Amino acid sequence: MAHFGPTRRALLQGTLATGALGLTGFPARAEPQWKKYAGTTLEVNLVKGPRGDNLQKYVKEFTELTGIKVESEQIPEQQQRQKAVIELASGKPSFDVIHLSYHVQKRQFEKGGWLADLSGYMKDPNLTAPDLVESDFSKAGLQYAKNDKGQMLSLPWSVDYFVLYYNKELFAKKGVAVPKTFDEMVAAAEKLTDPKEGIYGFVGRGLRNANMAMWTNFYLNYGGEFLDAKGNILTDGPEAIAATKLYQTLLTKVAPPGVSGFNWMESMASFTQGRAAMWIDADGWAPPLEDPAASRIAGKVGYTVVPAGPKGQYSSTYGDGIGIAAASKNKEAAYLLCQWAVSKTQGARLLQAAGGVPFRNSIIDDPEVRKGVKSQEWLQSVIDSSKISKLGLPIVIPVAEFRDLVGAALTATLSGGDPETELKKAHEQFRPILERSEKA
Amino acid sequence: MSAITQIAPAVAETAPEQQWRRPSYWPFVLPALVVVLAIIIFPWLFTIWMSLNEWKVGSPTTFVGLANYLRLPADPRFVEAVWHTIAYTALSVVLPVILGTFAAVVFHQKFAGRGFLRGIFIMPMMATPVAIALVWTMMFHPQLGVLNYLLSLVGLPPQLWVFNPNTVIPSLVLVETWQWTPLVMLIVLGGLAAIPIEPYESAEIDGANIWQTFRYITLPLITPFLFIAGMIRMIDAVKSFDIIFAITQGGPGSASETINLYLYSVAFVYYDLGYGSAIAVVFFFLIIALAGVLLYLRRRTMWTEIGGGA
Repeated sequence: MAHFGPTRRALLQGTLATGALGLTGFPARAEPQWKKYAGTTLEVNLVKGPRGDNLQKYVKEFTELTGIKVESEQIPEQQQRQKAVIELASGKPSFDVIHLSYHVQKRQFEKGGWLADLSGYMKDPNLTAPDLVESDFSKAGLQYAKNDKGQMLSLPWSVDYFVLYYNKELFAKKGVAVPKTFDEMVAAAEKLTDPKEGIYGFVGRGLRNANMAMWTNFYLNYGGEFLDAKGNILTDGPEAIAATKLYQTLLTKVAPPGVSGFNWMESMASFTQGRAAMWIDADGWAPPLEDPAASRIAGKVGYTVVPAGPKGQYSSTYGDGIGIAAASKNKEAAYLLCQWAVSKTQGARLLQAAGGVPFRNSIIDDPEVRKGVKSQEWLQSVIDSSKISKLGLPIVIPVAEFRDLVGAALTATLSGGDPETELKKAHEQFRPILERSEKA
Repeated sequence: MSAITQIAPAVAETAPEQQWRRPSYWPFVLPALVVVLAIIIFPWLFTIWMSLNEWKVGSPTTFVGLANYLRLPADPRFVEAVWHTIAYTALSVVLPVILGTFAAVVFHQKFAGRGFLRGIFIMPMMATPVAIALVWTMMFHPQLGVLNYLLSLVGLPPQLWVFNPNTVIPSLVLVETWQWTPLVMLIVLGGLAAIPIEPYESAEIDGANIWQTFRYITLPLITPFLFIAGMIRMIDAVKSFDIIFAITQGGPGSASETINLYLYSVAFVYYDLGYGSAIAVVFFFLIIALAGVLLYLRRRTMWTEIGGGA
């Protein structure tokens, strides 16, 4: 006999779910109509890395839930950014859903008008689960996702905080305490450095462009701000010079030779080989550091916040989002996928795999989720960093030029350049570029 | 009258054939012409057009005349890139040509195992540049690389290789030289094979030593081949991208940023297509000019009617 109404079991489940939602304080709204866009096929363009992996690994669950087919590809970061921009600018992108790097692309994407506005979808109970509300995203996430008019152009997906990794064994051997300030960090690094043994106190990015991500953390802790009220760039002021001097000291006096060519990968290699005692970088490297097959220091890694500078203590923050191409014909279905990607289940998995940190407070504040994280010390460094989070790059269109030019100035100080002269020179080149791109 | 009537049929016979033949060449030329227009001429004209516009991806374009070209001399990164390109190219032409010539002279001798050793010698040329670049990056590593280990064996202090702005270009040239010396050797070997034997016989009778034979007979006779090799090397070196990009990405800082790498950054990282096109146009004329100079020099050194057999 054909059966049209809901089964007793489904009804029971629904009642239970609504009841549970009521108890946890969420407004008792119905679930979105997950199945409404069944049969649609979505194209998804992802950056290669743990976030993309996390989506691809579980996307079958999304297809089961919605009946929407997902075809996705992961491309290495640099190439993905180029591909995304070129395709979006052409007006006919090959993808519906795009993984974007806010700290590089936010202003550029907004200016191009390439992303669909999600504000309306977020208010639509047919499309949005009741627990997905704007206020659940951290401040940094909303800063990244919203444009000047307050429209949500993407959903904040994963945040990167800069943290201090340290080698507990080397610290114990020399009887050095974990530094709380930059001065202590320099002193500790000097103590830990032993060139004869091939061991250095500190390692970090020296490579042009990449180095900016670490340097800005120094800059913020020296009290620096990126832009003034009129949008002028301030990164050659006294705070910048002080930060650069610290950068120069660390990378020339207590870092391995050749550090001027190091990106995170080379830095990590030094660190996992036990040849560097401290390393400041993004929080996502716990899995390789703790993998005994790839790391000689698995189980000996300490995690903590970046030490304080004279004018404050911040954690340089960067982030990824997931958005929908304005030209996509399947925006509603695409929105369901974005929502699923930042959902509590997926976010918890990302955090527990230490592959990224969700922007949603309800995920990282959940004790159950926290319990599932393998390294509690790592988790604590992330939670502490989130409290002192500050965006790590200026929100301007020519971010790449900024990183290249100022980054080259920083690298130049590693072979003896004077911080002030090099910074001034770089900014003389950067200012006209900034003016040209922001006024247009 | 009769003469005319006799000629007329002949004309009538050949004319239709000519009319049929003349236009018939075009269908054969057309495919090639279309391809050349579509993938060489059109992109060219379009690049020139883009270079006259302020053309940023994601922004509307505006015609700015020569403004992009006027930016070039005032752009310190571009000026530096030009010098890096010149230094890199000069070194990566001269070294492989000298070493390649030497190798060719050696491998031109008859000795046991020559074919096998020749085969080994040309192997670097067959490898993929990016793969080579990655291997060399490891070898250059100041702490873990094999090069510093080898230096330490002979008592030399460790070097920073590609991680120091002063040594980065010579270190990159080392890779280029290692990879492309075999090519020069092959070209010069071809040249050596084409040299007649008589001059050597008379030199021997006159009592010339090895160096004199090489300096006054071999070298002048293979000069046209050296120019060919030099030209191929020069064009390759000027536009070299893969090795530099994979090893240093133009660093440290911008110490090994050549025009090509800067052009790539401007066009595909900063998305400033207008300015990038202007750099491409200047770059193109630079290559044409250099090739022209070498061709001219080569013509002056030709020693056979057909151009030195090359």
